[in-house]
Amino acid sequence: MDEIIEIQIPANPRYLKLIRKFVSNICEMVNFSNKQCNRITLAIDEACTNIIRHAYGGATDQPIILKTIILEDRIRFVLRDFGKKANLDSIQSRQLDEVRPGGLGVHLIKSVMDTFELKHVQTGNELILEKYFSITKEA
Amino acid sequence: MQIKTRTQANTVIIELAGEIDLDSSPEVRKTILNETQRKHPRLIIDLTGVSYMDSSGIATLVEGLQYANQYQGQFLIAGIGPGVREVFELSRLDKVFKIYENINQALEQIA
Repeated sequence: MDEIIEIQIPANPRYLKLIRKFVSNICEMVNFSNKQCNRITLAIDEACTNIIRHAYGGATDQPIILKTIILEDRIRFVLRDFGKKANLDSIQSRQLDEVRPGGLGVHLIKSVMDTFELKHVQTGNELILEKYFSITKEA
Repeated sequence: MQIKTRTQANTVIIELAGEIDLDSSPEVRKTILNETQRKHPRLIIDLTGVSYMDSSGIATLVEGLQYANQYQGQFLIAGIGPGVREVFELSRLDKVFKIYENINQALEQIA
C-alpha cells in the first residue's frame, strides 16, 4: 500500500517555511542526497508560490493541500488548490537568455523534477510532480 | 529575515541573513531599490547569512542589478553559500551577476 502524507496550509507566504521543512524532512527520510533534498524543496516551494500568486491572487485565507506519496521507485507530490484555473497553454519555462525579474518558478520546478503535470480539477488545479529515486537530474 | 545596511570604503553594503522567499523578498526588494534609487555608485549585496533563496529573491536581485545598470552603478553579490549558488545556476544567472566568495573579495574588486 502506498504511503501518503498530507499537509494543508493557508495560502499565506509566512507558511512556506513549514512546507519547506515538511518536504525537506520527507526527502531526507527517503534518502535523497542533501543536494537533491534542497532542489526538491525549492521546486515544491516554487509551486506553492505560484499557487499563492496566480491561483489565489494573494488571497491568504485559501487552502493549499500538499499530498506526498512514497512509491516504490519515486516520490510523488500532489499540490491542490481551489483557485483560478491555470491557463494550461501559458504554463511554460521562460527563455533564460532574457534577463528579467520574475517568471523563473516553472523553469526551476521543471529543472528539478522528473515529471510535471498540471491539470484542472472540478474547482481549481492539481499539480503532480514526481522525482525518481534512481535518476539524478542535473540542470 | 535580517537586513542591515552599512557603508564601508564608499560602498553601500546590504547584509541579508535568513531565508529569502515570497514572504521576505518584498522587504529585501524595498531595501535594495531604496539604495538604487539614491543612485549609489557602488553596491554590494552580502548573502553570507542567507540559508535559502527562491525565485522571488533572485528576481529582486535582478531588478536591483537592472536599476544599477541604468545609472552605471556597480552591483556586486558576495558570500553565496552552495545552496543559494545552485539557485543562481539553475536560473542560469550565475554569469549575469558579479559574484565573489566573500565581502572582502568584493570590496577589493570594487575599489
